[in-house]
Amino acid sequence: MAVVRPPAEVSGPVPPATGQAGRQVDVAPPILEVRDLKKHYASVRAVDGVSFTVRAGTCFGLLGPNGAGKTTTIEMMEGILSPTAGAILYKGEPQGLRFRNEAGIQFQSTALQDFLTVREQLRLFKSLYPQGLSLDEVVETCRLSSYLDRDASKLSGGQRQRMLLGIALINDPDVVFLDEPTTGLDPQARLNFWELVNRIKARNKTILLTTHYMEEAYNLCDEIAIMDHGQIIAHGSPAELLARHFQDVVIELPWEDFTPAAAWMTHRKLEKVQPVAEIVTRDVNAALDELLQRGVSLRGLQVRSRTLEDLFLELTGKALRA
Amino acid sequence: MMKRIWALFQARNLEFLRDRSTLAWNLLLPFLLVFGLAFLFSGDGRPLFKVGVVAEGAADTPVDVQLHPFLATRHVAFHRVPAEAMAATIRKVGRHQLDMLLDLRPGQMHYWINEASANGYFLQQLLRADNHPALQASSVRGEQIRYVDWVVPGILGMNIMFSCLFGVGYVIVRYRKSGYLKRLNATPVSATEFLLAQMLSRLVLVVLFTVVVFVGSHLLLHFVVEGSYLNLLLVLVLGTFALIALGLVVAARVKSEELAGGLLNLLTWPMLLLSGVWFSMEGSPEWLQWLSQLSPLTHLLEAIRAIMLDGAGLADIWVNLAVLGGMSVLFLLLGAWLFQWTER
Repeated sequence: MAVVRPPAEVSGPVPPATGQAGRQVDVAPPILEVRDLKKHYASVRAVDGVSFTVRAGTCFGLLGPNGAGKTTTIEMMEGILSPTAGAILYKGEPQGLRFRNEAGIQFQSTALQDFLTVREQLRLFKSLYPQGLSLDEVVETCRLSSYLDRDASKLSGGQRQRMLLGIALINDPDVVFLDEPTTGLDPQARLNFWELVNRIKARNKTILLTTHYMEEAYNLCDEIAIMDHGQIIAHGSPAELLARHFQDVVIELPWEDFTPAAAWMTHRKLEKVQPVAEIVTRDVNAALDELLQRGVSLRGLQVRSRTLEDLFLELTGKALRA
Repeated sequence: MMKRIWALFQARNLEFLRDRSTLAWNLLLPFLLVFGLAFLFSGDGRPLFKVGVVAEGAADTPVDVQLHPFLATRHVAFHRVPAEAMAATIRKVGRHQLDMLLDLRPGQMHYWINEASANGYFLQQLLRADNHPALQASSVRGEQIRYVDWVVPGILGMNIMFSCLFGVGYVIVRYRKSGYLKRLNATPVSATEFLLAQMLSRLVLVVLFTVVVFVGSHLLLHFVVEGSYLNLLLVLVLGTFALIALGLVVAARVKSEELAGGLLNLLTWPMLLLSGVWFSMEGSPEWLQWLSQLSPLTHLLEAIRAIMLDGAGLADIWVNLAVLGGMSVLFLLLGAWLFQWTER
């Protein structure tokens, strides 16, 4: 699995990150506020009492396994679905025409009209708004120039997502909603898309993102909420969440090297066996000493801090699926 | 608002015009039907002799056979004509739509035939063989109305109906199912703006295509057009608008293309049979005629045939125009009221 790990590949617990995120809460006013949001269908409570605020200029990530209620939540925030109960405030008011003028939206799967070129699609959406960016700016930002006159239904997955992002940006929105924008993209297209999102962030836009991918959340989001069964089960900045839930690190060893110590490890927290043994510990030095004493070869050893992926699995008990 | 409608209007036109196969079909089908029927019915389409009779007696009763021995002739359909409809019926004789008209009222005793009509000639010979009490002859002149003259408005009307109902109804449901409506709903576009753009696009394209097909077949088949072309265009626009509005009602909420297809067929087939596309509803049971008045296509065709064949002016067809206008408003309000972008 080619996974981009968080850069903190160092041993030792992650330092508690209270400062930065904590201060921002007081400074930036919320651009979006969700209060006790519920969406119940006949047999399912898709969203069951969700509350959070999104500060202007930040990237907020909604994470969760399939069916956790992410898309239902984001579509209520977009004004597409009407909530069963609860309130959504944009700049302190219920979503109205102002919201629709100032929001840029990319659905999980966005359908467009057939037989139009990329340029025509952009033009069409541009004329639906009173304000907006010039076509050139959007083309430049999203790198659309090489296929601008191609039929929009004949694009590759990555090209299509970039065009849809362009459409979402055409009105120069204050807040951008991206619902699983990189699902189904190859790793290169995904990295490209992250770069685009970072460019949007640099323009001081607020972004609301849902994703399956923990590394995506880690790379893009200032704040995340992990959802499961329609409720938020963890909420904070990535660093905060890791610090709150994990004071330990993971030692990874090839299973063959590890076998001599297997008996000793039975009373330790052994996360995974074969092909890699993962030993979770708060005291790396002590653990390594023990391993050496037991004659374990440390050639294949890796020490890493706990990732959002670990957190996710611990909280939801489910594997992430793309 | 106009900017948004214009943008959506243009986008829909482009989508339609670039869909080459559908486009070709939209142009080709009506031409094929018009020419196919012109050849199929190049002879006289109605072999039976038809004779109208004005006589004493209640309106819905058969004519008393005792009035004249000619009424006993077999293979001739005699039907009662009200005295008030005499003038119109004489015109029909002139148009070869009726082979003969008898006036058997006491003191009248008259018959009309068209000298140029073979059927009229034969009937006259039959009548002369046993003309007692004697009937006075009058002849009417007039250009024959071929079946194709009568049926062309029907074919074009049918094509307009399908194009409007499916082109608006089905397309909007497709947009809803694909999620395009959901995307538009996330923009400042209002439902009214979107629907207006769809209607205008379809109206312009259908009117344009119909005019092209009409002019094209007219050049080759030389239809009878007694009335004004401008009035024809007006009726065409109004009728098309009413049918598009009906399409909006169908498309207002349905999310499945299959259901939309079923509903549209449920609407179009009865309209096809009851609106007098292929044959006149004259002579069919009264309740059926009443039912046919519910179809906008009936009023479109009645108005167009009245203008083309009888040279009617707008004043003569005001009932049809009023019904089409009323239906447009009703369907439009209903469609707009029911409309939902997506399931909420």
